[in-house]
Amino acid sequence: MALLTLLATITIGIIRLRNLFAVVVLGGIYSFLMASVMIVLDAVDVAMTEASVGAGISTVLMLATLYLTKTQETVPAHTPLLPLFVAVATGLVLVFGTFALPPFGAADTPVNLNVAPYYLENSIRDTLVPNVVTSVLASYRGFDTLGEVAVVFTAGIAVLMLLKGKRNMKPGPKRRRVR
Amino acid sequence: MRLDVIFRVTAKIIIPFALVFALYVQFHGDFGPGGGFQAGVVAAAMVIFYAIIFGLEAAQKVFPPRLVELMVPAGIAIFAGVGVISMLLGENYLNYSPFAANPALGQEYGIILVEIGVLVTVSGTMVAIFYSFVGRGR
Repeated sequence: MALLTLLATITIGIIRLRNLFAVVVLGGIYSFLMASVMIVLDAVDVAMTEASVGAGISTVLMLATLYLTKTQETVPAHTPLLPLFVAVATGLVLVFGTFALPPFGAADTPVNLNVAPYYLENSIRDTLVPNVVTSVLASYRGFDTLGEVAVVFTAGIAVLMLLKGKRNMKPGPKRRRVR
Repeated sequence: MRLDVIFRVTAKIIIPFALVFALYVQFHGDFGPGGGFQAGVVAAAMVIFYAIIFGLEAAQKVFPPRLVELMVPAGIAIFAGVGVISMLLGENYLNYSPFAANPALGQEYGIILVEIGVLVTVSGTMVAIFYSFVGRGR
């Protein structure tokens, strides 16, 4: 509860602030708090990823972007009433949806009844790997993980093309002259 | 920031241990939390940390941009290649059972190989994106 209160406080801070440098730093703090929430929920893998990607690398990339642009957010020209209404309505629908969810960690939900018991019982017999998360990710569901790596690969290639492509356009006319 | 003594000394102390921690997360992922993705991100974060403290040129001397950009497709090639090898050995795609006499041991070897592929692609992608952001200039 304390963590969620801090998360809400930081979110309000991010909304109120106009200085983007402070917003990026608050975003890093938000990611660290999110990682703590994940640890409370016993998802240590996700917490590690959130702490290093969310708080570490993406904060650095945001700061690098701020170096290339301005650090002050411009005041929006339109009123924020319609976006506020859409956000509040979506949030209310989502909160309404959580009422139908089973209690946290319940063992008799469909998620925990189909293949999960098989993985938990047979992971060591099938793969000799005690960490079921690893054996599901890399062995039982190896093809899905290959797809995930392909997503990382595609995103990386796309960013590299966007950022490096423009630099090649400048010497373009010169090269044509040499030919 | 290159002249700041505190940052430089701290970085020199932290970076080797964090890189060893990345290897631990990588190869201990069978027993504890972690795996290729987390290890790749920790390793990439240390390269980025090194570049922030000691300058982009020093980091690119250790990890040249060509190598980093080669790592992006190399990792996924390792992953897909493991699947092709298991097909050549007469099993389904990405079924690692034929990698050892004991099928379960084969699964464990396959998991280790595949996680190395994940590590290579993830760390390469993170560092490559950082290099292209920082190398852009104003």
